[in-house]
Amino acid sequence: MPEAMLSLSGVNTHIAQYHILHGVDFDVPRGSLTMLLGRNGAGKTTCLRTVMGLWRASAGAIRIEGRDITRAATPEVAQLGVAYVPENMGIFAALTVQENLRLAARSGEPDAKRLAWIFELFPAMKTFFQALAGNLSGGQKQMLAIARAIVEPRKLLLVDEPTKGLAPAIIANMVEAFKELKRTDTTLLVVEQNFNFARSLGDTVAVMDSGRIVHTGRMDALAADAALQTKLLGLSLDSHQ
Amino acid sequence: MLVRLLSGDFPRSRALTVVLLAVLIGLAAAPFIFPGTRSLNVAAKVAVFVLLVASYDLLLGYTGIVSFAHTMFFGIGGYGVGIAMAKMGTGWGALAAGIVAALALSLAIALAIGLLSLRVRAIFFAMITLAVASFFQILASQMSPLTGGEDGLSFRLPELLRERLVAYYVVFGAALLAFLGLLRVVNSPFGRVLLSIRENEFRSEAIGYRIVTYRTAANCLAALGATVAGILYAIWLRYTGPDTTLSFNIMIDILLMVVIGGMGTMYGAVLGATIFVLAQNYLRDLMKVASGALEGLPLLPALLHPDRWLLWLGVLFILCVYYFPTGIVGRLRK
Amino acid sequence: MKRDWLPLALVPVIALVSLPLVGSLPTWVTLTVAGLAMGMMIFMMASGLTLVFGLMDVLNFAHGIFIAVGAYGAASVLTRMSAQMEAQSLASDLSAMVPAVLAAVGLAAVLGWFFERVLIRPVYGDHLRQILITMGGLIVFEQLIHVVWGPDIIPLPRPGTITGSFIVGEAAIERYRVAAVIVGLVVFAAMWLLLNRTRIGLLVRAGVENPEMVESLGYRVRRLFVGVFVAGSGLAGLGGAMWAMYQEQVNAQMGAQVLVMIFIVVIIGGLGSVGGCFLGALLVGLLANYTGYLAPKLALGSNILLMVAVLLWRPRGLFPIGRA
Repeated sequence: MPEAMLSLSGVNTHIAQYHILHGVDFDVPRGSLTMLLGRNGAGKTTCLRTVMGLWRASAGAIRIEGRDITRAATPEVAQLGVAYVPENMGIFAALTVQENLRLAARSGEPDAKRLAWIFELFPAMKTFFQALAGNLSGGQKQMLAIARAIVEPRKLLLVDEPTKGLAPAIIANMVEAFKELKRTDTTLLVVEQNFNFARSLGDTVAVMDSGRIVHTGRMDALAADAALQTKLLGLSLDSHQ
Repeated sequence: MLVRLLSGDFPRSRALTVVLLAVLIGLAAAPFIFPGTRSLNVAAKVAVFVLLVASYDLLLGYTGIVSFAHTMFFGIGGYGVGIAMAKMGTGWGALAAGIVAALALSLAIALAIGLLSLRVRAIFFAMITLAVASFFQILASQMSPLTGGEDGLSFRLPELLRERLVAYYVVFGAALLAFLGLLRVVNSPFGRVLLSIRENEFRSEAIGYRIVTYRTAANCLAALGATVAGILYAIWLRYTGPDTTLSFNIMIDILLMVVIGGMGTMYGAVLGATIFVLAQNYLRDLMKVASGALEGLPLLPALLHPDRWLLWLGVLFILCVYYFPTGIVGRLRK
Repeated sequence: MKRDWLPLALVPVIALVSLPLVGSLPTWVTLTVAGLAMGMMIFMMASGLTLVFGLMDVLNFAHGIFIAVGAYGAASVLTRMSAQMEAQSLASDLSAMVPAVLAAVGLAAVLGWFFERVLIRPVYGDHLRQILITMGGLIVFEQLIHVVWGPDIIPLPRPGTITGSFIVGEAAIERYRVAAVIVGLVVFAAMWLLLNRTRIGLLVRAGVENPEMVESLGYRVRRLFVGVFVAGSGLAGLGGAMWAMYQEQVNAQMGAQVLVMIFIVVIIGGLGSVGGCFLGALLVGLLANYTGYLAPKLALGSNILLMVAVLLWRPRGLFPIGRA
């Protein structure tokens, strides 16, 4: 059986005196797009940050392709081929879009072909390529954040709420871009609140509640089971926007 | 009765109690145990600095704020007395006026600083207090007609205080009372809230305490404490000047005393001030002997030169910040 | 967050407003050059502090020590090379000054490395202890300077070719000040190029904004920290050397004396902004010289008043760095 790209077992995270993650167990299969769903405050962002090494797991193990990274420092995790797109996008406002991309390209300059591909995914980027990242609109910043994560081939993308606060037209662009990404070799773990987005892209799904995983399985199975949706998420996939 | 006097804050260690009693007796009976002007000067300075450092401990140790404006309040006290006595005659009325004016000014400035800057980050606050204190120092040295400029003000006191023994006991008594008052403050509900704010700001705010109000109050109390210390010091020296009160070196000395003595303990101020003032006056003689004995060796005589006594206190200070945050008091209590 | 140019106008505004107040053009020229020169030296001394604070969130209250050590280092070299300095030739002067400057920068940089490694690394993130530790460092190292170089004030001769003034029209312009302005501009230009045209600069600019994200992109920000700290200390040493040559003496209190002024410049410019620091330094230098001539009693306090005025206009300084 092919090894999972990312595997968490028994992961606990404490922040100051608060116990956020209570024994998180799940796997992200290689090459798939896994959606991490759950109510606000369930611990989804904490999960991503713990994998990335920004917060230290107080117990449990995290593995990337079988390799233990529980104690690894953030730069190490990134160098293993993990890219992180945080909820607030983390773009550098004082740098231009081009400089943001240049920084993300660890080998120096973004590869020309790769850049052309990114422009195909996000055509609008050609217009604001030289602008200061701080002057961009929300949607443009999100495009930049994703572009940064894929400016070089990565094994695993951790994306936190990519459609938050975006207009429907931009979300449509995002859906197409993610579909393209799925065709590449990349594994994706995406936290989302927007169910249409989740349903249209997710292969597998994991649901969190109060710091624990309460369901894992295939996305199409969850999408077909309205009762399960209501139980896990408090609503059905169709009632959300 | 002892419980009420010390507000329930006992030394909690035999060694510490012995030391504190020794200091207390030493200061109380100084004119008789240690006759001579030099020793009396040392004793008075210890008393004044105990108060000055204890009021700083309220700010640093209990509220967790670093301020560089403490010497400014010390100076306001000193100059309040100095200007009044030098310009308004040597009667009790003038002295009272000077004291009241100094306390009022300190309170006003402490309020202003507190409300304006206690919302900002610690580092910003520290830098701003440094700038304000520096400004005050410049004012004092520039407004010579009023403040005597760089030379300061020499003045005479009311008749009764000219008697050195009386002056000494006024200084000692007032310092002791003020210290006990500070002890009362830190052991009151107010003091406990300060500690909880220092430990966990978010939680305290969530419970409902308005952080800025408490911090400003602590700032004001500390400022008043420093002002009283300044008043007492001016009464003892019959002189006020920029170098006895406003100098940055004094701020550094206060930091040394509070950290080495023990932050957040109040008694640390007693130990710190005593050790520091004694070292300042007597350690140097010891170092002179040591330095002379090591004459001829490469670096050692220079390191042990009496003027380098501050170097060793500085090293001790750094060690305390890393390893002994509760200073000597903490060690004695273990 | 558009690039805003408005604060840059402050420099010409202050200069031009002072012209009618001063009255005489030649005097104004002298004062302006003096102000710019002083500003350049302050910039060199302060730039390291603001960059370190912006990137590492560390405020080093002992920054003045690097300035003093730089000054003493330069002094040690120059006092041994008095022959070269009296020879009245540029080449010979340079042969004394270049080693002096290298000594200043080198010594300060090494001390900076020691500081970061031993004193500051253990207290990252804890501002209270940082302030205390760096104060402790200040106390100890000021004393150590006395131990190594003695407690006396060391007079510093200025090299022959840059003493004296040259006359332009009716204005007397000190050669040394012009040299300081040139050096300052070169340093600023070099820093600007480094920050804006190199990869390291890219990392630093990004790190000042969001060090966590830079780590998430795979870079070890810690190593960057040390490099920036050491560079900042070296720059301070350079500033100290130039300041000492300007004052024509060194003393151990040098660092403490300029510390308040440097803090004010850093606050005015915006913590973390090199451009802001440059601007703030020029403003402080110019203002000090103009008020020194027009209202001497006000001069010492003028920079504090400037700081208050700037903070009322822009509470986070002229060019604040947006921290994510």
